[in-house]
Amino acid sequence: MLELRNVTAGYGAFTALWDVSLDVAAGEAVAVVGPNGAGKTTLLRVISGMIAPRAGALTFEGASLTGRPAYEVVAHGIAHVPEGRRIFPMLTVADNLKMGAYLKVARRAYAESLERVFALFPVLSERRRQRAGSLSGGEQQMLAVGRALMSRPRLVLLDEPSMGLAPVMVLRLFDLIRRVREEGYTILIVEQNVRQVLKLVDRAYLLEAGHLKMEGRAEALAEQDFVRKAYVGL
Amino acid sequence: MIDPIFLAEAAVNGLLLGGVLALLALGLNLIFGVIDIVWIAYVDLVMICMYAVYFLVQVYGWPIWIGSLASVGLGALLGIAVHVLIISPILGSAPVNQLLATGGLLFFLQSFATFLWTTDHRSVRLTLPTLEYGGMFLSFARLVAFAVALLVMLGLFLFLRHTYIGTAIRAVSQDREAMALMGANPRTVYVVTSAVGGALAGVAAALLIIQYSVHPFFGAAFGPLTFMICVLGGLGNMIGAFVAAFIMSEIISIGGVVWSTEMGYVIAFVIFIIMIFVRPGGLFARRA
Ligand SMILES: Nc1ncnc2c1ncn2[C@@H]1O[C@H](COP(=O)(O)OP(=O)(O)OP(=O)(O)O)[C@@H](O)[C@H]1O
Ligand SMILES: [Mg+2]
Repeated sequence: MLELRNVTAGYGAFTALWDVSLDVAAGEAVAVVGPNGAGKTTLLRVISGMIAPRAGALTFEGASLTGRPAYEVVAHGIAHVPEGRRIFPMLTVADNLKMGAYLKVARRAYAESLERVFALFPVLSERRRQRAGSLSGGEQQMLAVGRALMSRPRLVLLDEPSMGLAPVMVLRLFDLIRRVREEGYTILIVEQNVRQVLKLVDRAYLLEAGHLKMEGRAEALAEQDFVRKAYVGL
Repeated sequence: MIDPIFLAEAAVNGLLLGGVLALLALGLNLIFGVIDIVWIAYVDLVMICMYAVYFLVQVYGWPIWIGSLASVGLGALLGIAVHVLIISPILGSAPVNQLLATGGLLFFLQSFATFLWTTDHRSVRLTLPTLEYGGMFLSFARLVAFAVALLVMLGLFLFLRHTYIGTAIRAVSQDREAMALMGANPRTVYVVTSAVGGALAGVAAALLIIQYSVHPFFGAAFGPLTFMICVLGGLGNMIGAFVAAFIMSEIISIGGVVWSTEMGYVIAFVIFIIMIFVRPGGLFARRA
Protein backbone atom coordinates (compact mmCIF):
# COMPACT_ATOMS: atom_id res chain seq x y z
CA MET A 1 0.00 0.00 0.00
CA LEU A 2 2.69 2.47 1.09
CA GLU A 3 6.26 2.22 -0.10
CA LEU A 4 9.21 4.41 0.75
CA ARG A 5 12.35 3.83 -1.27
CA ASN A 6 15.70 5.27 -0.17
CA VAL A 7 14.16 8.41 1.25
CA THR A 8 16.51 11.11 2.49
CA ALA A 9 15.10 14.25 4.08
CA GLY A 10 16.02 17.04 6.46
CA TYR A 11 15.80 20.67 7.38
CA GLY A 12 18.10 23.12 5.65
CA ALA A 13 21.61 21.72 5.69
CA PHE A 14 20.66 19.19 8.36
CA THR A 15 19.75 15.64 7.33
CA ALA A 16 17.25 13.94 9.66
CA LEU A 17 16.52 10.81 7.59
CA TRP A 18 19.09 8.79 5.69
CA ASP A 19 18.15 6.43 2.91
CA VAL A 20 15.02 5.06 4.55
CA SER A 21 13.02 2.29 2.86
CA LEU A 22 9.81 1.11 4.45
CA ASP A 23 6.62 -0.70 3.44
CA VAL A 24 3.14 -0.87 4.87
CA ALA A 25 0.69 -3.38 3.44
CA ALA A 26 -3.06 -2.76 3.32
CA GLY A 27 -4.73 -3.73 6.60
CA GLU A 28 -1.47 -3.80 8.51
CA ALA A 29 -0.55 -1.89 11.63
CA VAL A 30 3.09 -0.90 11.69
CA ALA A 31 5.07 0.94 14.34
CA VAL A 32 8.19 3.04 14.11
CA VAL A 33 10.01 3.34 17.40
CA GLY A 34 13.24 4.98 18.38
CA PRO A 35 14.80 7.49 20.74
CA ASN A 36 14.17 11.24 20.79
CA GLY A 37 15.43 13.01 17.73
CA ALA A 38 15.71 9.79 15.73
CA GLY A 39 13.67 11.28 12.89
CA LYS A 40 10.31 9.56 13.52
CA THR A 41 8.30 12.74 13.15
CA THR A 42 10.30 13.70 10.09
CA LEU A 43 9.46 10.34 8.55
CA LEU A 44 5.71 10.91 8.98
CA ARG A 45 6.06 14.49 7.74
CA VAL A 46 7.68 13.23 4.56
CA ILE A 47 4.89 10.72 4.01
CA SER A 48 2.11 13.28 4.49
CA GLY A 49 3.85 15.88 2.34
CA MET A 50 4.57 18.41 5.07
CA ILE A 51 8.18 18.31 3.92
CA ALA A 52 9.52 17.14 0.59
CA PRO A 53 12.16 14.41 0.54
CA ARG A 54 15.57 15.37 -0.79
CA ALA A 55 15.96 12.04 -2.51
CA GLY A 56 14.05 8.79 -2.84
CA ALA A 57 10.53 7.85 -3.81
CA LEU A 58 7.18 7.64 -2.08
CA THR A 59 4.38 5.53 -3.54
CA PHE A 60 0.87 5.01 -2.21
CA GLU A 61 -1.52 2.52 -3.80
CA GLY A 62 0.56 2.60 -6.94
CA ALA A 63 0.56 6.40 -7.28
CA SER A 64 3.76 8.38 -6.83
CA LEU A 65 3.40 10.96 -4.08
CA THR A 66 7.03 12.05 -4.04
CA GLY A 67 7.18 15.77 -3.37
CA ARG A 68 3.40 16.25 -3.44
CA PRO A 69 2.13 18.89 -0.99
CA ALA A 70 0.18 17.89 2.12
CA TYR A 71 -3.20 19.07 0.83
CA GLU A 72 -2.85 16.69 -2.13
CA VAL A 73 -1.56 13.73 -0.16
CA VAL A 74 -4.60 13.69 2.12
CA ALA A 75 -6.82 13.55 -0.96
CA HIS A 76 -5.07 10.30 -1.88
CA GLY A 77 -6.23 8.71 1.36
CA ILE A 78 -3.48 9.36 3.90
CA ALA A 79 -4.48 11.17 7.09
CA HIS A 80 -1.80 12.45 9.44
CA VAL A 81 -2.46 12.93 13.16
CA PRO A 82 0.52 15.18 13.86
CA GLU A 83 2.78 15.30 16.87
CA GLY A 84 1.24 17.47 19.59
CA ARG A 85 -2.29 16.90 18.19
CA ARG A 86 -2.53 20.29 16.46
CA ILE A 87 -6.29 20.60 16.88
CA PHE A 88 -7.78 24.06 16.29
CA PRO A 89 -8.13 25.23 19.90
CA MET A 90 -10.51 28.14 19.28
CA LEU A 91 -12.91 26.17 17.12
CA THR A 92 -15.59 23.95 18.60
CA VAL A 93 -15.19 20.19 18.58
CA ALA A 94 -17.83 20.02 15.83
CA ASP A 95 -15.99 22.58 13.68
CA ASN A 96 -12.71 20.69 14.13
CA LEU A 97 -14.40 17.57 12.81
CA LYS A 98 -15.96 19.57 10.01
CA MET A 99 -12.49 20.74 8.98
CA GLY A 100 -11.39 17.10 8.97
CA ALA A 101 -13.98 16.62 6.24
CA TYR A 102 -12.73 19.59 4.21
CA LEU A 103 -12.07 17.54 1.07
CA LYS A 104 -14.93 17.56 -1.45
CA VAL A 105 -15.43 13.78 -1.29
CA ALA A 106 -15.30 13.87 2.50
CA ARG A 107 -17.91 16.65 2.66
CA ARG A 108 -20.40 14.51 0.80
CA ALA A 109 -19.99 11.74 3.38
CA TYR A 110 -19.85 14.17 6.31
CA ALA A 111 -22.93 12.94 8.22
CA GLU A 112 -21.96 9.30 7.91
CA SER A 113 -18.34 9.94 8.92
CA LEU A 114 -19.47 11.97 11.89
CA GLU A 115 -21.66 9.13 13.07
CA ARG A 116 -18.73 6.70 12.83
CA VAL A 117 -16.41 9.02 14.71
CA PHE A 118 -19.00 9.64 17.43
CA ALA A 119 -19.52 5.88 17.74
CA LEU A 120 -15.78 5.43 18.28
CA PHE A 121 -15.40 8.44 20.59
CA PRO A 122 -18.75 9.14 22.29
CA VAL A 123 -17.15 11.84 24.43
CA LEU A 124 -16.68 13.97 21.31
CA SER A 125 -20.40 13.87 20.72
CA GLU A 126 -21.06 15.09 24.25
CA ARG A 127 -18.55 17.88 23.84
CA ARG A 128 -19.35 18.88 20.29
CA ARG A 129 -20.26 22.48 21.11
CA GLN A 130 -17.28 23.01 23.40
CA ARG A 131 -14.13 24.84 22.34
CA ALA A 132 -11.55 22.20 21.44
CA GLY A 133 -8.91 23.98 23.53
CA SER A 134 -10.96 23.32 26.66
CA LEU A 135 -10.83 19.53 26.28
CA SER A 136 -8.52 17.38 28.40
CA GLY A 137 -5.34 16.06 26.81
CA GLY A 138 -6.84 12.64 26.17
CA GLU A 139 -10.00 14.11 24.66
CA GLN A 140 -7.91 16.37 22.44
CA GLN A 141 -6.03 13.33 21.17
CA MET A 142 -9.32 11.57 20.43
CA LEU A 143 -10.43 14.70 18.58
CA ALA A 144 -7.20 14.72 16.56
CA VAL A 145 -7.75 11.08 15.59
CA GLY A 146 -11.46 11.64 14.91
CA ARG A 147 -10.67 14.68 12.78
CA ALA A 148 -8.23 12.61 10.73
CA LEU A 149 -10.84 9.88 10.19
CA MET A 150 -13.30 12.49 8.88
CA SER A 151 -11.25 12.74 5.68
CA ARG A 152 -12.12 9.07 4.99
CA PRO A 153 -8.51 7.88 4.78
CA ARG A 154 -7.27 4.37 4.16
CA LEU A 155 -3.93 4.92 5.88
CA VAL A 156 -3.70 6.77 9.20
CA LEU A 157 -0.37 8.15 10.44
CA LEU A 158 -0.22 8.59 14.21
CA ASP A 159 2.64 10.55 15.77
CA GLU A 160 3.08 9.76 19.47
CA PRO A 161 -0.61 9.75 20.36
CA SER A 162 0.18 8.90 23.98
CA MET A 163 2.48 11.88 24.47
CA GLY A 164 1.69 13.87 27.60
CA LEU A 165 -1.15 11.62 28.75
CA ALA A 166 -1.61 10.10 32.20
CA PRO A 167 -0.89 6.32 32.37
CA VAL A 168 -4.59 5.32 32.60
CA MET A 169 -5.40 7.52 29.65
CA VAL A 170 -2.55 5.96 27.67
CA LEU A 171 -4.08 2.51 28.14
CA ARG A 172 -7.53 3.75 27.10
CA LEU A 173 -6.08 5.48 24.07
CA PHE A 174 -4.30 2.35 22.91
CA ASP A 175 -7.60 0.52 23.31
CA LEU A 176 -9.29 3.08 21.12
CA ILE A 177 -6.56 2.87 18.49
CA ARG A 178 -7.08 -0.89 18.48
CA ARG A 179 -10.75 -0.26 17.71
CA VAL A 180 -9.83 2.15 14.92
CA ARG A 181 -7.69 -0.63 13.53
CA GLU A 182 -10.54 -3.11 13.71
CA GLU A 183 -12.61 -0.71 11.62
CA GLY A 184 -10.28 -1.55 8.76
CA TYR A 185 -7.89 1.38 8.72
CA THR A 186 -4.25 0.72 7.95
CA ILE A 187 -2.06 2.30 10.61
CA LEU A 188 1.49 3.60 10.77
CA ILE A 189 2.22 4.68 14.31
CA VAL A 190 5.21 6.37 15.91
CA GLU A 191 5.54 5.77 19.64
CA GLN A 192 7.94 5.99 22.54
CA ASN A 193 5.68 3.73 24.54
CA VAL A 194 7.38 0.73 22.98
CA ARG A 195 5.93 -2.05 25.11
CA GLN A 196 2.35 -0.87 24.59
CA VAL A 197 2.67 -0.20 20.91
CA LEU A 198 4.21 -3.59 20.16
CA LYS A 199 1.06 -5.24 21.54
CA LEU A 200 -0.95 -3.22 19.03
CA VAL A 201 0.96 -3.64 15.79
CA ASP A 202 1.94 -6.48 13.44
CA ARG A 203 5.40 -5.22 12.62
CA ALA A 204 7.81 -2.58 13.81
CA TYR A 205 10.82 -0.64 12.62
CA LEU A 206 13.55 0.77 14.80
CA LEU A 207 14.82 4.15 13.74
CA GLU A 208 18.05 5.53 15.17
CA ALA A 209 19.72 8.81 14.28
CA GLY A 210 17.95 8.91 10.95
CA HIS A 211 18.76 5.32 9.96
CA LEU A 212 16.40 2.34 9.99
CA LYS A 213 18.22 -0.18 12.16
CA MET A 214 15.87 -3.13 12.45
CA GLU A 215 12.57 -4.40 11.26
CA GLY A 216 10.52 -7.38 12.32
CA ARG A 217 7.30 -8.91 13.56
CA ALA A 218 6.03 -7.36 16.75
CA GLU A 219 5.81 -10.55 18.87
CA ALA A 220 9.28 -11.62 17.91
CA LEU A 221 10.74 -8.28 18.72
CA ALA A 222 8.81 -7.51 21.86
CA GLU A 223 11.07 -9.37 24.24
CA GLN A 224 14.30 -8.62 22.46
CA ASP A 225 17.30 -6.52 22.47
CA PHE A 226 15.38 -4.26 20.17
CA VAL A 227 12.99 -3.10 22.88
CA ARG A 228 15.78 -2.46 25.33
CA LYS A 229 17.66 -0.62 22.68
CA ALA A 230 14.76 1.69 22.03
CA TYR A 231 14.40 2.29 25.75
CA VAL A 232 18.07 2.91 26.30
CA GLY A 233 17.83 5.73 23.85
CA LEU A 234 15.23 7.49 25.97
CA MET B 1 -21.04 73.81 29.99
CA ILE B 2 -21.97 71.94 26.82
CA ASP B 3 -25.59 71.40 25.99
CA PRO B 4 -26.40 67.73 26.78
CA ILE B 5 -28.16 67.55 23.42
CA PHE B 6 -24.81 68.14 21.69
CA LEU B 7 -23.23 65.41 23.76
CA ALA B 8 -26.06 63.04 22.94
CA GLU B 9 -25.72 63.94 19.27
CA ALA B 10 -21.97 63.33 19.44
CA ALA B 11 -22.52 59.98 21.13
CA VAL B 12 -24.95 58.88 18.43
CA ASN B 13 -22.62 60.13 15.71
CA GLY B 14 -19.78 58.23 17.37
CA LEU B 15 -21.85 55.08 17.33
CA LEU B 16 -22.66 55.57 13.64
CA LEU B 17 -19.02 56.24 12.74
CA GLY B 18 -18.04 53.18 14.77
CA GLY B 19 -19.96 50.92 12.39
CA VAL B 20 -17.83 51.85 9.40
CA LEU B 21 -14.62 51.86 11.43
CA ALA B 22 -15.47 48.38 12.70
CA LEU B 23 -15.92 47.23 9.12
CA LEU B 24 -12.47 48.56 8.20
CA ALA B 25 -10.87 47.05 11.28
CA LEU B 26 -12.47 43.65 10.68
CA GLY B 27 -11.20 43.62 7.11
CA LEU B 28 -7.65 44.46 8.12
CA ASN B 29 -7.77 42.06 11.07
CA LEU B 30 -9.16 39.20 9.01
CA ILE B 31 -6.21 39.44 6.64
CA PHE B 32 -3.72 39.80 9.46
CA GLY B 33 -5.19 36.88 11.40
CA VAL B 34 -4.83 34.53 8.45
CA ILE B 35 -1.80 35.74 6.53
CA ASP B 36 0.12 37.34 9.41
CA ILE B 37 0.83 40.50 7.46
CA VAL B 38 -0.57 43.95 8.22
CA TRP B 39 -1.73 45.56 5.01
CA ILE B 40 -0.46 49.06 5.80
CA ALA B 41 -2.10 50.23 2.57
CA TYR B 42 -5.54 48.82 3.41
CA VAL B 43 -7.32 52.17 3.69
CA ASP B 44 -5.57 53.34 0.52
CA LEU B 45 -7.37 50.55 -1.30
CA VAL B 46 -10.54 52.01 0.22
CA MET B 47 -9.47 55.37 -1.23
CA ILE B 48 -9.13 53.87 -4.73
CA CYS B 49 -12.59 52.32 -4.42
CA MET B 50 -14.01 55.65 -3.25
CA TYR B 51 -12.68 57.26 -6.43
CA ALA B 52 -14.33 54.47 -8.40
CA VAL B 53 -17.71 55.17 -6.83
CA TYR B 54 -17.19 58.90 -7.32
CA PHE B 55 -16.51 58.53 -11.03
CA LEU B 56 -19.23 55.96 -11.65
CA VAL B 57 -21.91 57.91 -9.79
CA GLN B 58 -20.94 61.55 -10.08
CA VAL B 59 -19.37 61.52 -13.54
CA TYR B 60 -21.08 58.65 -15.34
CA GLY B 61 -24.39 58.96 -13.55
CA TRP B 62 -24.73 55.37 -12.34
CA PRO B 63 -27.18 54.81 -9.49
CA ILE B 64 -25.37 54.82 -6.15
CA TRP B 65 -26.24 51.23 -5.30
CA ILE B 66 -24.78 49.89 -8.55
CA GLY B 67 -21.72 52.06 -8.00
CA SER B 68 -21.47 50.53 -4.52
CA LEU B 69 -21.68 46.98 -5.84
CA ALA B 70 -18.98 47.82 -8.36
CA SER B 71 -16.88 49.11 -5.50
CA VAL B 72 -17.26 45.79 -3.66
CA GLY B 73 -16.21 43.89 -6.78
CA LEU B 74 -13.27 46.20 -7.40
CA GLY B 75 -12.22 45.86 -3.76
CA ALA B 76 -12.23 42.06 -4.04
CA LEU B 77 -10.15 42.21 -7.23
CA LEU B 78 -7.70 44.66 -5.67
CA GLY B 79 -7.44 42.38 -2.63
CA ILE B 80 -6.57 39.42 -4.83
CA ALA B 81 -4.11 41.50 -6.84
CA VAL B 82 -2.36 42.76 -3.71
CA HIS B 83 -2.02 39.22 -2.44
CA VAL B 84 -0.85 37.61 -5.64
CA LEU B 85 1.47 40.40 -6.81
CA ILE B 86 2.87 41.77 -3.55
CA ILE B 87 2.23 39.55 -0.55
CA SER B 88 2.62 36.08 -2.00
CA PRO B 89 6.21 36.57 -3.26
CA ILE B 90 7.38 37.85 0.16
CA LEU B 91 5.44 35.46 2.41
CA GLY B 92 8.52 33.77 3.82
CA SER B 93 10.66 36.88 4.20
CA ALA B 94 11.44 38.98 7.26
CA PRO B 95 8.59 41.04 8.78
CA VAL B 96 10.44 44.28 8.04
CA ASN B 97 10.44 43.47 4.31
CA GLN B 98 6.73 42.79 4.47
CA LEU B 99 6.15 46.16 6.13
CA LEU B 100 8.29 47.84 3.48
CA ALA B 101 6.37 46.15 0.68
CA THR B 102 2.88 47.10 1.88
CA GLY B 103 4.20 50.52 2.96
CA GLY B 104 5.58 50.94 -0.54
CA LEU B 105 2.17 50.10 -1.93
CA LEU B 106 0.72 52.88 0.23
CA PHE B 107 3.04 55.49 -1.29
CA PHE B 108 2.44 54.09 -4.73
CA LEU B 109 -1.33 54.36 -4.39
CA GLN B 110 -1.15 57.89 -2.97
CA SER B 111 1.16 59.10 -5.75
CA PHE B 112 -0.84 57.24 -8.36
CA ALA B 113 -4.06 58.93 -7.20
CA THR B 114 -2.39 62.34 -7.05
CA PHE B 115 -0.98 61.87 -10.52
CA LEU B 116 -4.26 60.77 -12.07
CA TRP B 117 -6.77 62.79 -10.15
CA THR B 118 -4.80 65.66 -8.53
CA THR B 119 -5.24 66.55 -4.86
CA ASP B 120 -8.75 67.95 -5.34
CA HIS B 121 -11.34 66.80 -2.83
CA ARG B 122 -14.20 65.08 -4.59
CA SER B 123 -17.54 64.04 -3.22
CA VAL B 124 -20.66 62.32 -4.39
CA ARG B 125 -23.55 64.72 -4.06
CA LEU B 126 -26.58 62.81 -2.96
CA THR B 127 -29.61 64.68 -1.75
CA LEU B 128 -30.03 62.79 1.47
CA PRO B 129 -32.06 64.36 4.24
CA THR B 130 -30.95 65.31 7.72
CA LEU B 131 -33.18 63.85 10.36
CA GLU B 132 -34.18 65.60 13.53
CA TYR B 133 -34.93 63.61 16.63
CA GLY B 134 -35.47 65.16 20.07
CA GLY B 135 -33.38 68.19 19.17
CA MET B 136 -30.54 66.10 17.67
CA PHE B 137 -29.63 66.40 14.02
CA LEU B 138 -28.55 63.16 12.39
CA SER B 139 -27.37 62.60 8.86
CA PHE B 140 -29.38 60.05 6.94
CA ALA B 141 -26.27 59.03 5.04
CA ARG B 142 -24.59 58.08 8.29
CA LEU B 143 -27.57 56.08 9.44
CA VAL B 144 -27.60 54.17 6.16
CA ALA B 145 -23.85 53.61 6.37
CA PHE B 146 -24.19 52.31 9.90
CA ALA B 147 -27.03 49.95 9.04
CA VAL B 148 -25.25 48.57 5.98
CA ALA B 149 -22.01 48.17 7.93
CA LEU B 150 -23.82 46.16 10.61
CA LEU B 151 -25.53 43.98 8.02
CA VAL B 152 -22.28 43.29 6.19
CA MET B 153 -20.55 42.41 9.47
CA LEU B 154 -23.40 40.04 10.28
CA GLY B 155 -22.89 38.49 6.85
CA LEU B 156 -19.16 38.16 7.53
CA PHE B 157 -19.89 36.52 10.85
CA LEU B 158 -22.23 33.97 9.25
CA PHE B 159 -19.71 33.33 6.47
CA LEU B 160 -16.89 32.65 8.94
CA ARG B 161 -19.16 30.58 11.16
CA HIS B 162 -21.09 28.40 8.80
CA THR B 163 -19.28 27.81 5.52
CA TYR B 164 -16.44 25.35 5.02
CA ILE B 165 -14.13 27.98 3.59
CA GLY B 166 -15.09 30.49 6.31
CA THR B 167 -14.35 27.96 9.05
CA ALA B 168 -11.13 27.05 7.23
CA ILE B 169 -10.14 30.74 7.31
CA ARG B 170 -10.54 30.73 11.09
CA ALA B 171 -8.71 27.40 11.34
CA VAL B 172 -5.77 28.63 9.26
CA SER B 173 -5.40 31.62 11.57
CA GLN B 174 -4.90 29.09 14.40
CA ASP B 175 -2.77 26.46 12.69
CA ARG B 176 -1.81 26.84 9.06
CA GLU B 177 0.03 23.52 8.74
CA ALA B 178 -2.73 21.50 10.34
CA MET B 179 -5.24 22.96 7.89
CA ALA B 180 -3.05 21.83 4.99
CA LEU B 181 -3.23 18.32 6.46
CA MET B 182 -7.02 18.59 6.20
CA GLY B 183 -6.71 19.10 2.46
CA ALA B 184 -6.95 22.89 2.24
CA ASN B 185 -4.50 24.51 -0.13
CA PRO B 186 -3.14 27.43 1.92
CA ARG B 187 -2.82 29.51 -1.26
CA THR B 188 -6.54 29.20 -1.93
CA VAL B 189 -7.40 30.15 1.63
CA TYR B 190 -5.11 33.19 1.39
CA VAL B 191 -6.60 34.34 -1.90
CA VAL B 192 -10.16 33.95 -0.61
CA THR B 193 -9.25 35.82 2.58
CA SER B 194 -7.67 38.63 0.57
CA ALA B 195 -10.71 38.82 -1.68
CA VAL B 196 -13.05 39.00 1.31
CA GLY B 197 -10.84 41.61 3.00
CA GLY B 198 -10.73 43.59 -0.24
CA ALA B 199 -14.49 43.34 -0.68
CA LEU B 200 -14.94 44.74 2.84
CA ALA B 201 -12.71 47.65 1.83
CA GLY B 202 -15.02 48.13 -1.16
CA VAL B 203 -18.09 48.18 1.08
CA ALA B 204 -16.41 50.66 3.42
CA ALA B 205 -15.53 52.86 0.44
CA ALA B 206 -19.15 53.03 -0.67
CA LEU B 207 -20.24 53.90 2.86
CA LEU B 208 -17.54 56.54 3.31
CA ILE B 209 -17.98 58.34 -0.01
CA ILE B 210 -21.57 59.27 0.91
CA GLN B 211 -20.24 60.99 4.05
CA TYR B 212 -16.79 62.32 3.20
CA SER B 213 -15.02 63.66 0.17
CA VAL B 214 -12.15 61.62 -1.23
CA HIS B 215 -8.62 62.81 -1.96
CA PRO B 216 -5.30 60.97 -2.44
CA PHE B 217 -4.44 61.25 1.26
CA PHE B 218 -7.73 59.95 2.58
CA GLY B 219 -5.85 56.97 4.02
CA ALA B 220 -3.71 59.23 6.16
CA ALA B 221 -6.63 59.89 8.52
CA PHE B 222 -8.41 56.55 8.56
CA GLY B 223 -5.42 54.27 8.04
CA PRO B 224 -3.67 54.84 11.38
CA LEU B 225 -7.03 54.90 13.13
CA THR B 226 -7.96 51.51 11.69
CA PHE B 227 -4.59 50.07 12.66
CA MET B 228 -4.93 51.47 16.20
CA ILE B 229 -8.34 49.86 16.54
CA CYS B 230 -6.93 46.49 15.48
CA VAL B 231 -4.08 46.72 17.97
CA LEU B 232 -6.42 47.89 20.72
CA GLY B 233 -8.78 45.00 20.08
CA GLY B 234 -5.85 42.59 19.82
CA LEU B 235 -4.40 41.94 16.36
CA GLY B 236 -6.36 39.17 14.71
CA ASN B 237 -9.15 39.28 17.32
CA MET B 238 -12.39 40.02 15.44
CA ILE B 239 -14.64 40.61 18.45
CA GLY B 240 -11.96 42.81 20.00
CA ALA B 241 -11.70 44.92 16.84
CA PHE B 242 -15.46 45.33 16.73
CA VAL B 243 -15.64 46.63 20.30
CA ALA B 244 -12.49 48.76 19.99
CA ALA B 245 -13.91 50.47 16.89
CA PHE B 246 -16.84 51.81 18.89
CA ILE B 247 -14.64 52.86 21.82
CA MET B 248 -12.37 54.84 19.51
CA SER B 249 -15.18 56.38 17.50
CA GLU B 250 -16.94 57.55 20.67
CA ILE B 251 -13.73 59.10 22.01
CA ILE B 252 -13.16 60.94 18.75
CA SER B 253 -16.74 62.03 18.36
CA ILE B 254 -17.36 63.17 21.94
CA GLY B 255 -13.85 64.63 22.23
CA GLY B 256 -14.56 66.50 19.01
CA VAL B 257 -17.64 68.17 20.48
CA VAL B 258 -16.17 68.89 23.89
CA TRP B 259 -12.86 70.25 22.55
CA SER B 260 -12.12 69.94 18.86
CA THR B 261 -11.84 67.21 16.25
CA GLU B 262 -8.03 67.36 16.44
CA MET B 263 -8.22 67.05 20.19
CA GLY B 264 -10.50 64.04 19.79
CA TYR B 265 -7.81 62.31 17.75
CA VAL B 266 -5.12 63.32 20.22
CA ILE B 267 -7.07 61.81 23.10
CA ALA B 268 -7.70 58.66 21.09
CA PHE B 269 -3.97 58.36 20.40
CA VAL B 270 -3.02 58.97 24.02
CA ILE B 271 -5.48 56.33 25.22
CA PHE B 272 -4.12 53.98 22.59
CA ILE B 273 -0.53 54.51 23.77
CA ILE B 274 -1.50 54.01 27.40
CA MET B 275 -3.39 50.83 26.49
CA ILE B 276 -0.36 49.50 24.63
CA PHE B 277 1.59 49.69 27.88
CA VAL B 278 -1.17 48.44 30.15
CA ARG B 279 -2.48 45.66 27.91
CA PRO B 280 -0.01 45.00 25.09
CA GLY B 281 -2.07 42.05 23.85
CA GLY B 282 -5.15 44.20 23.34
CA LEU B 283 -8.24 44.81 25.44
CA PHE B 284 -9.32 41.21 25.39
CA ALA B 285 -5.97 39.47 25.53
CA ARG B 286 -6.19 36.05 27.08
CA ARG B 287 -3.72 35.35 29.79
CA ALA B 288 -1.08 33.02 28.43
N1 LIG C 1 11.91 22.19 11.91
C1 LIG C 1 13.14 21.68 12.13
N2 LIG C 1 14.23 22.38 11.78
C2 LIG C 1 15.47 21.88 11.99
N3 LIG C 1 15.71 20.69 12.55
C3 LIG C 1 14.67 19.95 12.92
C4 LIG C 1 13.32 20.40 12.72
N4 LIG C 1 12.49 19.45 13.19
C5 LIG C 1 13.27 18.46 13.64
N5 LIG C 1 14.57 18.75 13.48
C6 LIG C 1 15.71 17.87 13.83
O1 LIG C 1 15.59 16.67 13.11
C7 LIG C 1 15.93 15.57 13.92
C8 LIG C 1 14.78 14.59 13.92
O2 LIG C 1 13.66 15.21 14.49
P1 LIG C 1 12.25 14.48 14.64
O3 LIG C 1 11.32 15.46 15.18
O4 LIG C 1 11.92 13.83 13.37
O5 LIG C 1 12.61 13.39 15.74
P2 LIG C 1 11.63 12.41 16.53
O6 LIG C 1 12.18 11.06 16.36
O7 LIG C 1 10.24 12.65 16.14
O8 LIG C 1 11.88 12.89 18.01
P3 LIG C 1 10.86 12.95 19.26
O9 LIG C 1 10.79 11.58 19.81
O10 LIG C 1 11.52 13.88 20.20
O11 LIG C 1 9.56 13.45 18.75
C9 LIG C 1 16.24 16.12 15.29
O12 LIG C 1 17.64 16.17 15.43
C10 LIG C 1 15.66 17.50 15.29
O13 LIG C 1 16.44 18.35 16.06
MG1 LIG D 1 8.60 13.32 17.10
